[in-house]
Amino acid sequence: MSEAEQVDRQDVIQGIGCSRKRKEDPRFVQGKGQYVDDIKMDGMLFADIVRSPFPHARIKSINKEKALALPGVHAVLTAEDLKPLKLHWMPTLAGDVQAVLADEKVVFQYQEVAVVVAENRYIAADAVDLVEVEYEALPVLVDAHKAMDADAPILREDLVGKMEGAHGKRLHDNHIFSWEVGDKDPTDRVFENADVTVEQKMYYHRVHPSPLETCGCLASYDNVREHLTVYITSQAPHVVRTVVSMLSGLPESKIRIVSPDIGGGFGNKVGIYPGYVTAIVASLVLGRPVKWIEDRIENLSTTAFARDYHMTGELACDKDGKIKALRVHVLADHGAFDACADPTKYPAGMFHICTGSYDVPVAHVKVDGVYTNKCPGGVSYRCSFRVTEAVYVIERLMDVMAQKLGIDKAEIRQRNFVKPEQFPYQTCLGFELDSGDYNTGLKKVMEAVDYAGLRREQTEKRAKGELMGIGLVTFTEVVGAGPSRTCDILGVGMFDSAEIRVHPTGSVIARMGTITQGQGHQTTYAQIIATELGLPSDNIQIEEGDTDTAPYGLGTYGSRSTPVAGAATARAARKIRAKACKIAAHLLEVSEDDLEWDIDRFKVKGVPGQEKTMVDIAWAAYNNFPEGLEPGLEAVDYYDPPNFTYPSGAYLCVVDIDKGTGVTSVRRFYALDDCGTRINPMIIKGQIHGGLTEGYAVAMGQELPYDEGGNLLGNTFMDYFIPTAVETPVWETDYTVTPSPHHPLGAKGVAESPHVGSIPCFTSAVVDAFAHLDVTHMNMPHNAYRVWKQIHALGLNTGK
Amino acid sequence: MSKRAISFNLNGESVDAMVEDRELLVHVLREQLNKTGTHIGCETSHCGVCTVDLDGESVKSCTILAVQVAGRSVMSVEGLKDQSGLHAVQQAFIDEHGLQCGFCTTGMLMRAYRFLKENPDPSEEEIRWGMSGNLCRCTGYQNIIKAVQSAAKKLKNVEQTA
Repeated sequence: MSEAEQVDRQDVIQGIGCSRKRKEDPRFVQGKGQYVDDIKMDGMLFADIVRSPFPHARIKSINKEKALALPGVHAVLTAEDLKPLKLHWMPTLAGDVQAVLADEKVVFQYQEVAVVVAENRYIAADAVDLVEVEYEALPVLVDAHKAMDADAPILREDLVGKMEGAHGKRLHDNHIFSWEVGDKDPTDRVFENADVTVEQKMYYHRVHPSPLETCGCLASYDNVREHLTVYITSQAPHVVRTVVSMLSGLPESKIRIVSPDIGGGFGNKVGIYPGYVTAIVASLVLGRPVKWIEDRIENLSTTAFARDYHMTGELACDKDGKIKALRVHVLADHGAFDACADPTKYPAGMFHICTGSYDVPVAHVKVDGVYTNKCPGGVSYRCSFRVTEAVYVIERLMDVMAQKLGIDKAEIRQRNFVKPEQFPYQTCLGFELDSGDYNTGLKKVMEAVDYAGLRREQTEKRAKGELMGIGLVTFTEVVGAGPSRTCDILGVGMFDSAEIRVHPTGSVIARMGTITQGQGHQTTYAQIIATELGLPSDNIQIEEGDTDTAPYGLGTYGSRSTPVAGAATARAARKIRAKACKIAAHLLEVSEDDLEWDIDRFKVKGVPGQEKTMVDIAWAAYNNFPEGLEPGLEAVDYYDPPNFTYPSGAYLCVVDIDKGTGVTSVRRFYALDDCGTRINPMIIKGQIHGGLTEGYAVAMGQELPYDEGGNLLGNTFMDYFIPTAVETPVWETDYTVTPSPHHPLGAKGVAESPHVGSIPCFTSAVVDAFAHLDVTHMNMPHNAYRVWKQIHALGLNTGK
Repeated sequence: MSKRAISFNLNGESVDAMVEDRELLVHVLREQLNKTGTHIGCETSHCGVCTVDLDGESVKSCTILAVQVAGRSVMSVEGLKDQSGLHAVQQAFIDEHGLQCGFCTTGMLMRAYRFLKENPDPSEEEIRWGMSGNLCRCTGYQNIIKAVQSAAKKLKNVEQTA
């Protein structure tokens, strides 16, 4: 067969490696996407929520009368109404409980106090204003550092005296957990005797993922069939079904959860929020469909936050900058309820990936979680669990150490990289890095940007008094949770799944336990199946998100879709191909050993023309199959990964800072990623652009600040920074390919790397602009005002 | 609350609606007229996912009262495609991978449609400013800009051959 013919056949299939256009796009560009708020049902009512203006207060009374008197209002529910159903509190993903509606007191501003159900959203909003709540204000705790003071106000009266928490002993009523990993004494000893040590305190500020579609649901309980359907903005619909079943007492077989199109998630849509629960309860009580859609203020104020880590990092090195030990302490502000979305056994997620891309002999990490009068959450904003924080701390420390030793920041990284021959590499904090080629990536970046040239230019600019900074980061992530022996959510192991059916004419429908939120699963999963089965991507339909039809899976977050469900997809397809081989052998009257696979067909070795295409085989699977073989061509695979995957990258950023205004201009950003095998390069590039832009947002402007009184400042898009096309830098992307040895396709996952890697890179660049003036660190966000304050403190903007 | 009857032109057809004075155009489009391609993202005029065309201008339909459009012409994303197929901006967003979750896309398309009428031959800088009333969380804008550039080229070619 000619090479041209083979290329033609590959072109028809459009499998792995092809930048094919997305299957989802034609309906989106025509306004035919179906998001939760687009769905209507007969007799549908609207829920709206009465929220607390106080961050900490006792509820003296709630008067519903005026609201109930408003025509069109069907119900006003409070904790008192939910109590008989035992639904006024709900379990969180982190082993804590959270009030669905405030039970006697409120513990953060905008907390849910009552829910109003009405004919339409205008009447519901009117009725919210008519619910009269009398509060008695209590002392407010905002500063996490004061949470465990002897005289700190106690926030969680429901936990008083319960000194054994979900993650061990609690030391104070406002203490949630202490989590330690590594070897404390050996680490301390290395620090005592080290040539050089550095310590850097850094605050990773509170931010929010803020997808453009807010959270919402439409719950419909059919009291004749005793069946509940919920359309919901969830990144994990199967887990939602299990939780709803546990809460409501309905069997899972009587609950259908559907995640339709989702307008971006970025971690915001992993959790289970009071709004969802109240809509479900209202539908159960009223027997009518009830829709709840949060507005932007509610989204930014109540459903999920990310980060809020007060970190102290220390690094010990020898005189050459070779790392000898790492020590990190974190004070984690979890807000008023511990609703972090982490695997059960890991209250600080995968923070212990903080040894980064480096060969660190010994380390110790301790994280203390505390309650404050702030919104609960602690989600992974476009990252695997707390990986962004971990990468930030190690990358900052590498810079600080380089500065102290007078070694270039590229050089110190190269001296400490885990080398290609060291993989699989056991980190001293318990991970097994699967593969990596860190220095190749870094060198490629340095050549592409002429690193030496940039440093020369910087020297010249510094001589002229101009501020130019070069940021550099070489990160390693841990994604694709995870092995179910260590990772679970509420007791369900973090496997994932795929089910593939090949129809008689060779078209395919496949369903996975994940759910796309813009990542293009309908395109990429089809490409995996196309390559494995030799059937054209165009004829492969992917469906996700409906618990009635899709196999059970843990959902899409922490870059786990390709690493876990993508692996299940490949394995399910391989089961089908193995069966197809038996059918082909039967049709060609040879043994299976005589056959070889070639793109889209089985061929008899050495006999040109003796072959059966997958389309031929699919037809035969339904009418001419060997004796003893079941008819049909389907397979299911539940994949429990043996390990995480470890994508990596080398990023470089060049900034120029205006001394008069403090405005930082990103002149250049070069991002090289290694996500292993690349399935759709066009989609990968798009994911990287998006992740870099979200990283830019976090580093340069986003924050959810609280004032001393516990008031949330900045919970609309007037204050909360979402970059427009004007501020967003131009991104240059590049790649290396180091496949994961344990993944069936070698793929590692990609969409979160650019967020994780870019944030410390922006800080590295901004700080670098001041590095010659002995500045070692500046806390984010690096907005003009904060940078200007640094300029002003150094006296750089005076006398001109 | 009392309602009043309004009529306006939507995507080339005359439509009638009974609306309260306070009702927002976006709610009437989505809930009464079933045009759910126009989305809601912030309700403060910042995100632009609700962008529609009103008498030849881009407006954010979350800050326009439905009564304000009485007797006027509104075009939503559902009106972009005609008998000859997808509009050039729609095709360009697909070709250049200018969308991911699709939520901002409809507003982006409506803005791109109007922007290219205002400025048929824009520079990259002009596109960045011209599209800056529409936020996107997924794409980082780079491919959106490419899509607008590509649509501009295509529309210009069509004009030249016409």
